[in-house]
Amino acid sequence: MSSVASVHSLWTAAAGAPGRIPAPRIEYVQLSPTLIILGAAIVGVLIEAFLPRRSRYYAQVLLSVVALAAAFAAVIGLAAGGFGSSKAHLAAMGAIAVDGPALFLQGTILLVSLIAVFTFAERRLDPVAHGKRVDSFAAQAAAVPGGEAEQAAVKAGFTTTEVFPVLLFAVGGMLIFPSANDLLTLFIALEVFSLPLYILCALARRQRLLSQESAVKYFLLGAFSSAFLLFGVALLYGYAGTVSYAGIAEVISDGARQVDPALAGTMGNDVLLLIGGALVLMGLLFKVGAVPFHMWTPDVYQGAPTPVTGFMAAATKVAAFGALLRLLYVVLPGMRWDWRPVMWGVAILTMLGGAVLAITQTDIKRLLAYSSIAHAGFILAGVIAASQDGISSVLFYLAAYSFVTLGAFAVVTLVRDAGGEATHLSKWAGLGRRSPLVAAVFAVFLLAFAGIPLTSGFAGKFAVFKAAAESGAGWLVVVGVISSAIAAFFYIRVIVLMFFSEPKADGPTVAVPSVLTSTAIAVGVAATLVLGLAPQYFLDLAGHAGIFIR
Amino acid sequence: MENLIALLVAAPLVGAALLLCGGKRLDRTGHWIGSLLAVASFAVAVVLFADMLGKGAEHRALHQHLFSWIPVGGFRADIAFQLDQLSMTFVLLITGVGSLIHIYSIGYMEHDERRRRFFGYLNLFLAAMLLLVLADNYLLLYVGWEGVGLASYLLIGFWQHKPSAATAAKKAFLVNRVGDMGLSIAIMLMFTTFGTFAFGPVFAAAGDASEGRLTAIGLVLLLAACGKSAQVPLQSWLGDAMEGPTPVSALIHAATMVTAGVYLITRSGAIFNLAPDAQTAVVVVGAVTLLFGAIVGCAKDDIKKALAGSTMSQIGYMVLAAGLGPIGYAFAIMHLVTHGFFKAGLFLGAGSVMHGMNDEVDMRRYGGLRRYMPVTFVTFGLGYLAIIGFPGLSGFFSKDKIIEAAFARGGTEGWILGGAALLGAAITAFYMTRVMLMTFFGEKRWDPEEFHPHESPKVMTVPMIVLAVGSVFAGGLFSVGDAFVRWLEPVTSFAHGHSPVSAGVVTAATMVVLAIGVGIAWLMYGRKEVPATAPRGSLLTRAARRDLLQDDFNHVVLVRGGEHLTRTLVYLDHSLVDGAVNGTAAAMGGLSSRLRQLQTGFVRSYAVQMLGGAAVLVAATLLMRGV
Repeated sequence: MSSVASVHSLWTAAAGAPGRIPAPRIEYVQLSPTLIILGAAIVGVLIEAFLPRRSRYYAQVLLSVVALAAAFAAVIGLAAGGFGSSKAHLAAMGAIAVDGPALFLQGTILLVSLIAVFTFAERRLDPVAHGKRVDSFAAQAAAVPGGEAEQAAVKAGFTTTEVFPVLLFAVGGMLIFPSANDLLTLFIALEVFSLPLYILCALARRQRLLSQESAVKYFLLGAFSSAFLLFGVALLYGYAGTVSYAGIAEVISDGARQVDPALAGTMGNDVLLLIGGALVLMGLLFKVGAVPFHMWTPDVYQGAPTPVTGFMAAATKVAAFGALLRLLYVVLPGMRWDWRPVMWGVAILTMLGGAVLAITQTDIKRLLAYSSIAHAGFILAGVIAASQDGISSVLFYLAAYSFVTLGAFAVVTLVRDAGGEATHLSKWAGLGRRSPLVAAVFAVFLLAFAGIPLTSGFAGKFAVFKAAAESGAGWLVVVGVISSAIAAFFYIRVIVLMFFSEPKADGPTVAVPSVLTSTAIAVGVAATLVLGLAPQYFLDLAGHAGIFIR
Repeated sequence: MENLIALLVAAPLVGAALLLCGGKRLDRTGHWIGSLLAVASFAVAVVLFADMLGKGAEHRALHQHLFSWIPVGGFRADIAFQLDQLSMTFVLLITGVGSLIHIYSIGYMEHDERRRRFFGYLNLFLAAMLLLVLADNYLLLYVGWEGVGLASYLLIGFWQHKPSAATAAKKAFLVNRVGDMGLSIAIMLMFTTFGTFAFGPVFAAAGDASEGRLTAIGLVLLLAACGKSAQVPLQSWLGDAMEGPTPVSALIHAATMVTAGVYLITRSGAIFNLAPDAQTAVVVVGAVTLLFGAIVGCAKDDIKKALAGSTMSQIGYMVLAAGLGPIGYAFAIMHLVTHGFFKAGLFLGAGSVMHGMNDEVDMRRYGGLRRYMPVTFVTFGLGYLAIIGFPGLSGFFSKDKIIEAAFARGGTEGWILGGAALLGAAITAFYMTRVMLMTFFGEKRWDPEEFHPHESPKVMTVPMIVLAVGSVFAGGLFSVGDAFVRWLEPVTSFAHGHSPVSAGVVTAATMVVLAIGVGIAWLMYGRKEVPATAPRGSLLTRAARRDLLQDDFNHVVLVRGGEHLTRTLVYLDHSLVDGAVNGTAAAMGGLSSRLRQLQTGFVRSYAVQMLGGAAVLVAATLLMRGV
């Protein structure tokens, strides 16, 4: 009976007099990066609805670039205005944190997305179809692959310009994800960026069946993991009586002070905390592609249009690791000795699993997918450090890694044969002799992945391992270095393949990209070298941004 | 005045830089520039010497601190010079003999296309050698030590188109590396023992170190000295080093560089004095080498190689004297200086002979040259008399003192060492008389159609005359009132040895063995016709011709042994290291293929794996808490 009464009291409280609900206070300035992106996404939808088809592409590209640049400027402005440090606070009634890590991560995501837009907008790589230049995306997403409708759409020269607003929606969700300060906002942000990604994955112009299969797999598994996460959220609510990060942290450290009558039986029960925490962690580990929640990664990376893969591999990882950092450092610091051993295990499995599985891959995109898994393991090593250096090293690593990844996938879009992109490794043999510049650029990216000094990969890996070692996890670093050695094998193998093998007679050609993809690759190379040669400024930047607000 | 010290090194260093970087435009003037800078250095040395003589014996040492080279924490390496009586002696010898040989080389190298480069190397050698003797710490000494090694390598292999010269240079370099390693270990030991390697502090603190430490330092210093001074067991390179141009043999491989080992031991006297075991090792090396070199010198028909054996033997005398401690240091250095005069003179004489004989070096094809080269004959003859220790000439004074000091060591050791030194004097008299007779006396054994022996030009004979004058008078000058001993005493300290036999007896015995040596040589080479082709000879002769089997020994023990070691290592590398690496790689590949099976492509199996993963994650978390 008591539970019935308490439920009743909840209902009555919720249905209290309308006048007594206080209007939420929204800090528009602090939220402006997110608002700009989401607003631009809605404008993009309107463009699709009202602009004639021929002008949509230019309008969408322009809108996306302007919106992302404006949002990035807003992030810089906020950081310059001290919102990353002294004025950091919780906005939107405590739902969104505006602090150093949030702004750093948002800035990274926005830059990465800006470059991703360039690769999305590339129209020089695919051969001209019926007099029209086309991009990597399906002519008409809804048309059945191989059907008459598809042929008609191709003939008409259609392109799916909807990718740009969809991309912007995903970016909007990613901006919220690492700054979400309660579990519900976290979940909503997760869905806001996941759903557009599922759609984007399905939109490849070539090998559409593979693309659609990957999208369905991603969607099913993503929904599955979302369910786990949501279940975890429910358990944590049951434990703490609140979904706010600060509130849960308080209950963990001080115990429940005001026991909600409706949750009298569960509040303060550590089993709920542990299970709920583990499940929420699992949801995030799925997004970063950590073992054993990584299975979607190779299939989706391979099937998705390559520009989408690059965007996903770079931006999703930044957002998801940002959310993971905030969860572990804000909500769960009080139970560090519960989650650290488990996360050690996950990190080891992820590092070794990614590196070992990559050895036998024969497809460049799958190889890069497993490489991204291994890198997720390296980043986890920094996450688990549970120290200030851990945070800044992870921030730096994410920034460094995302530019390398984008650049690498951009290079993959260039190497083509009659069937589209030639992703089988055997076709890359001797590429260095035919296209020394492209092969050299790709070699730079591979060396950065391998963590060779003078590239950003080395600086990032060094920072992460240093933080891990200083936190007392020296053996984790040993495993990390061993994994790096294993990983170096397959990166170098690709370089050997490109430069020291005879080119095949029917090998692929390297398409000459427009200025868009060239810019993306150039930015990737520049970031790789600058962060590798002079990492200190950026390490300091990440160090200054390294304090989470509670 | 101390500011002039750097100038001593700087002058030849500038010369080396100019000549080696200056290019073809200096081809016509390069040898003059090089010689002028060597003479300039000598002039500075004379000024410093005059200044030094004007001061009291205890206040003669000068110090110049240029800059701190490597200041890191407690480690401090300075570029700083120390000019005391010992350094001064060497500086005068190096720059004096060096200048003469520069001038001689102008004539000797006249027809060589790469004469500019040759003078550049010579200047480089002078700079390095001066750095070696002027350094006020062991690390800077090591820089000079390596520098002279480099110059020696470059000059031995100067005629690099000859494979024998290139090989000889390489051999000298490699053997020297062994010694150099000894010096670097010595410096490290000093740093760990004393926390410094500057001369002053090290010698001051030597008394506080354990004898074991000092013995260890002494032994590695001896190793270094053996390498640089061609002492047994690192003697094998000196004979081959005669492949270099003759002025090089005279300057580097007779008068100066090869005596660096003696300098090192004498300079480190404070350490050796406290390490009797190390001193014993030094005298043993010296005694063995003085006999070894002398025996080799007896059998060589190549005039330069005979002289090289003699050099080795004479340095053996010096090392022996230096190993005797305060009773011998001054005589070691005195013999070093007199030897610098007469051996340089002998080599220049040999070069002059070769110059007139189309570069023929085989003494069996000489004979009767005294009529054709009177100046060379006289100067060479005076050098010969000096080296065998003819009464009144330089060698007589310095060698006699060493023999006396050897006896003064006392006990059985003293008799053995003194006996060896006496025997060495006899053999010296024999082989030098042999060289003299085979070259300048007897019937000519050369074809007058092919050879046209003639006297060398003035530019070559004048340095020979100057050196001959030194060979005659230097020893006597040094011995007037024990001038040389008192000059060095503040640096090396001096103790009178108490010989079991009186000085007069030693001198008489020396005269007797001298006469025996000369007599036997005259019986074998003066009275009888020298065959133009070498007779087979006794077993000892044949062994001596092969340098007492030194190369055979090295080949069997070191080269073969090294090859076996390398093969074993390569085998281990292939089987163990590569095996482990390849095995790991194969295992990883296999593991990867296995794990790949998990990636079925079916979303349902992925979901199951995720579910399992989630269950493990939750279970592990609960387990950690122990709930």
